[in-house]
Amino acid sequence: MTYVRSTFRHPALPKNDLGYTVDYYEGSLSTLCAGCGHDSINAAIVQACWEMNIEPHKVAKLSGIGCSSKSPAYFLSNSHGFNSVHGRMPSVATGANLANRDLIYFGVSGDGDTASIGMGQFVHVVRRNLNMVYLVMNNGCYGLTKGQDSATADAGSKSKAGSVNLFEAIDLASLAIELGATFVGQSFSGDKDQLIPLMKAAMKHNGFAFLNVISPCVTFNNNPGSTKSYDYVREHVQITGTMDFAPMMSEITASYEAGDISDITMHDGSEIRLHKLQKDWDPLDRFSVIDAMLRAKQKGEILTGLLYVDQDSSDLHEMIKTSERPLNSLSKADLCPGSEMLSEINASLR
Amino acid sequence: MKTNDFVVRFANVNGTGSASANALFTKAVFRMGVPVTPKNIFPSNIQGLPTWYEVRVSEKGHLGRREGVDLMIAVNPQSMKKDYADVMAGGYFLYDSSKPLPPGYDRDDITHVPIPLMNLCNAEFTDARQRQLFKNIIYIGALSALLDLEFSVLEGQIAEQFKGKEKLIEPNIRALNIGVNYARENFDCPLNIRVERRDLLGDKILFGGNSACGLGAVYAGATVAAWYPITPSTSVVDAFAKYAAKYRVDPETGKNNYAIVQAEDELAAIGMVMGASWNGARSFTATSGPGVSLMNEFLGLGYFAEVPTVLIDVQRTGPSTGMPTRTQQSDILLAAYASHGDTKHPLLFPASPKECFEMTADAFDLAERLQTPVIMMTDLDLGMNDHITDPLVWDDSRTYDRGKVLTAKQMDRIYAAQAAITASNGNGHDVLDGNSGLNADDGSDETAGEPLEQFRGKFGRYLDIDDDGIPYRTIAGTHATRGAFVTRGSSRDEYGVYTEDGDAYRRNVDRLAKKWETAKELVPQPEFHSNEEYRISYPESVRSEDSSSDVRNAELGVIYFGTSTYAAEEALELLAEEGIYLDAMRVRAFPFGKSFRDFVETHDRIFVIEQNRDAQFRSLMMIELGADSSKLVSVLNYDGTPITADLVHRCIKLRL
Repeated sequence: MTYVRSTFRHPALPKNDLGYTVDYYEGSLSTLCAGCGHDSINAAIVQACWEMNIEPHKVAKLSGIGCSSKSPAYFLSNSHGFNSVHGRMPSVATGANLANRDLIYFGVSGDGDTASIGMGQFVHVVRRNLNMVYLVMNNGCYGLTKGQDSATADAGSKSKAGSVNLFEAIDLASLAIELGATFVGQSFSGDKDQLIPLMKAAMKHNGFAFLNVISPCVTFNNNPGSTKSYDYVREHVQITGTMDFAPMMSEITASYEAGDISDITMHDGSEIRLHKLQKDWDPLDRFSVIDAMLRAKQKGEILTGLLYVDQDSSDLHEMIKTSERPLNSLSKADLCPGSEMLSEINASLR
Repeated sequence: MKTNDFVVRFANVNGTGSASANALFTKAVFRMGVPVTPKNIFPSNIQGLPTWYEVRVSEKGHLGRREGVDLMIAVNPQSMKKDYADVMAGGYFLYDSSKPLPPGYDRDDITHVPIPLMNLCNAEFTDARQRQLFKNIIYIGALSALLDLEFSVLEGQIAEQFKGKEKLIEPNIRALNIGVNYARENFDCPLNIRVERRDLLGDKILFGGNSACGLGAVYAGATVAAWYPITPSTSVVDAFAKYAAKYRVDPETGKNNYAIVQAEDELAAIGMVMGASWNGARSFTATSGPGVSLMNEFLGLGYFAEVPTVLIDVQRTGPSTGMPTRTQQSDILLAAYASHGDTKHPLLFPASPKECFEMTADAFDLAERLQTPVIMMTDLDLGMNDHITDPLVWDDSRTYDRGKVLTAKQMDRIYAAQAAITASNGNGHDVLDGNSGLNADDGSDETAGEPLEQFRGKFGRYLDIDDDGIPYRTIAGTHATRGAFVTRGSSRDEYGVYTEDGDAYRRNVDRLAKKWETAKELVPQPEFHSNEEYRISYPESVRSEDSSSDVRNAELGVIYFGTSTYAAEEALELLAEEGIYLDAMRVRAFPFGKSFRDFVETHDRIFVIEQNRDAQFRSLMMIELGADSSKLVSVLNYDGTPITADLVHRCIKLRL
C-alpha cells in the first residue's frame, strides 16, 4: 500500500454535468495490498459514478467484514458508509433502504462475507429484490486472515502453500439466478471496460443487482494452480458480450463491430446496448442463462458480462406498498394517530 | 361466602376454542366493575396438550397470581387427576359428567359440580366443530348461574364479538342458556363464591402488554419493524401491523407509512433495525431470550458505532429453549451486557400494559437521544396476558426527541466558520424540531443556543462538544457536500476515521462511559413507597391477630420490577397487616441513577424480588453499585409461572 497521496490535480481535469472532477468521487487512501484486484474495482466504481453524474450524497455504501468490506472507505468519500458486521451487510442495507428509498445503495462484500458467514442473509436479500447493487469482490480466499480457502474456491484449486481445495465451490452468480435475482452480472477486476458499464446498468436497475467480480488476491491466491489468479482468470474468461450503457434520454455513441446487437431498455428508460458474443444465450431468458453458465462451468470457463436482467422487476417497496415519500422524511403529523384516536382505542378495551 | 375474592382455573385441551370462551368470563367480571386478572398457562403446542386459564377475582384489586384454586373447571381428562388435587379445601370441582368419574375422585373436603357438558351439547348441536366450541360456551353459561355473573353482560359481549356475523349470536346465546338452566335446575345457585357488581375500575381498560408495545411503537412514530417469529414476542409485531394498517395508510395514495419485514432470523431482524435507524427512520424489533442471544453481535455494534436501536425482549423461561410458553425475568444480565468487549445497554422494565405503551415511546426517544440500543424488558406474563391497567394517555404536545441529528443548514453553519462563532449559550441540545421528519429541511431548525461553533469549522461525528458523551450525527442524503462519514464497528477517531491508536481508542470508550453517566438520569427513575404509606394504610388498630408488634422496619427495603410488582405490592400489604412495614423501590430502568443508589445505601437489609434462579438483578446491583452482597436478600421465583404474593410474603417473613 501507499501512504502518501498527491494533492496535485491537473487544472484541466474534465468535469461532469454536476461540475465535479473525478477525484471528488474518490475515497481515502486504500490500505489494501499493492496490486489488489479490489482497488481496480473501487476505481471502476469511482469512474462509473462520475460518468453517471451521481450526487455522492445520494449514495449509501454498505459492507460487512473483510478486505472487500474495507473498500467503501476507498471510494466516494462524500457518501455515508456503514461498515457493519461479518456477513450481515444485506440486513443493514435492507433496513437502510426501507428508511429512505430515494438513495442508491451500494453494497460491497467478499466471498467469505457472502458465501459463508453471510449466505443466509445473501439469499434472502435476493428473494426480497431489494433495490441495491450488491457487489462481491471474489478472490476465493480469506485475505485478512492470511489466505484460507473460501467457499468460492474451486475444487482442485491450489493455495499458495500448495494444498489443494477438496470442496465444491459455490457459484454465486448461478445461485443468484436460481434464487430469482433480477439483475446478475459477472466480471473480472482487470476488465474495466466491462466493469464500468455493468456498474452503471446495475445502479439503474430497479431491484436487486448482483455483480460477482473475480478479484485476485495478489498476496495469498495469485499462485500457479489457483483458479482465482490473474493469469488463470485472464486465460479462462469467456466474455458473453460487450456492452455500453446509456442513461435515460441520452444517445448510445459507442461503435460496435458488426455482430448481434440488442438493446435492452431499463425501468427508467435507460438503455443497455449489448453486443453478444455467445450463441444460444439471451440475457432476458433465465433458462438460456442457466444453460450457458452450466456449459461454461463444465469447460472450466468463467462467463462474464451482463448475464441476466429482468426489465420488469418490482422492488421490495413496490411489493409491500411503501409510501413514495421516504419513511425517514415522515413527520409526527404523518405518523402519530393522536390522543383522540387513543380515547377510541381505550373505549374499545373496556 | 367469598364475594369477589376467589380463583377459578379452567383446565382445557389446547386448540379446542376454549381461549375465547374463557376470555368471555374474564371480560364479564371486568364489566361488572370487579378487579380480575387472567393468566394463560399454556403448552408449547398448537393442538392437543393440556392448557390452563387461571382467573383471579379480587375485590381488593390484587392483580398478581394467588396460590390455591377455589373452583376448577375440569374439562381435560389428561390433566384431571392433578386438577382434582389442586382444588383447595372448601373449593369446587366442576367437571363433564357425561361419563362417570373414574375411581379415586373421592375427596370429601371439596364439592363436586357435575355437568354433562358433552351430552347437553350433543343434544342441541349436530356439527362436529360446533359441538366442540359450544361445550365451552355451555360451561360459561353454567358459571353465570353458579357465580352470579350477570347474563346481560355476557349477552352484550356475544353481540359485540359477532358483530357482522349476526347469525352466530343466536346459537351462542342458546348454548349459554343451556348452561344457565342446567346449573339452576341442579345446584343451589350461587355457590359459596360469587361475583357482585361493584364500581371499582373507573375508566380502566383490559389490555395485553404486547399489544400495548405494538401500539406504543405506532404512536412513537416507528416506521420500520423487522422481526422473526418467536413466542412470546410475536404478538408485539402483530399488534404493530394491526394498528399501522388502521392508522398509517395514506388515505390519498393507499400507500403505507410504515414497512414490516419478516426477517430470515433474529440476526437479520436487528440488522435491518440498525440499518433503518442509521438512516434516520425509527425502527424496532421484538424477540425473546433466544433471539437476544443471536442479536448480541449487532447490539455490540450498536453500542460502539452508536446506532439508535429499540429492542423489545419479551422474556420467557430459559436457558436455551427452556420452557418457551412460560414466564421468567431471566435475560437481565444477558441484555445488560450483550456482546463482547466493554458493552452495556439501557434497559426499561415496564410493569403494566400502560407502561408498555409509554416506555415503548420513551425507548425511541432514549435510543435516539443516547444513540445506542435500548432494550425493553417485558415478559410473557405481561405480554401475553390481559391486565387491568389505567387508560393509555398520549400528550399531543409531545414531540419526538430525535436526538442530536444535524440538518443541512446546521452543517452549512458549522462550515461557515466565522458565522458559527456567533452562536452562544449552549444549553439547548435540541438541534432538530421533533415534529419534523429528519430530512424535512423546512427552516424549522433555528434553535437558540446551538453549540455548533465548538466544531471549529469541521464536523466530527464523535466529538463530544456538549460534554455529555453524546456526539452529533448526520443522516445520508442530508447535505450535498458535508457531513459524510463511515459508520463502523472498528475503532475510529473523533472524525470517524479508522484508527488503531491507543489514545484515540481510550478517548472514545471513555466518552462512551461518560454517555453512560448521562443515561443514568435520562432513563425512567424508580418509584418509591415509604414504609410510612403502609403505616398509614395499616395502622396498628387494624393489624391482624398474629402481627409481630416490634419489628423495626425503617432500614428494611424491598426492590422489585416488571411483573413481580403485583405480587410484591400485595405482599407488602400482607406484611403491613401484620405490623411489618417496609420501604419499597420499584425499578423502572437500568442504568441505576442517584436515587437508586441512595435507596441501597440507606437500607441495612434489602429484599430483591425477581423471577430467575441466579438472582441476576441482585448481581447487577453488585456489579454496578458495588452493593454489599450480605445485605441483599433474594426472593426468587423461577418455575415458569408468575410469582405469587404468597411466596413473596413467606420468603420475606422467613428472613426478617
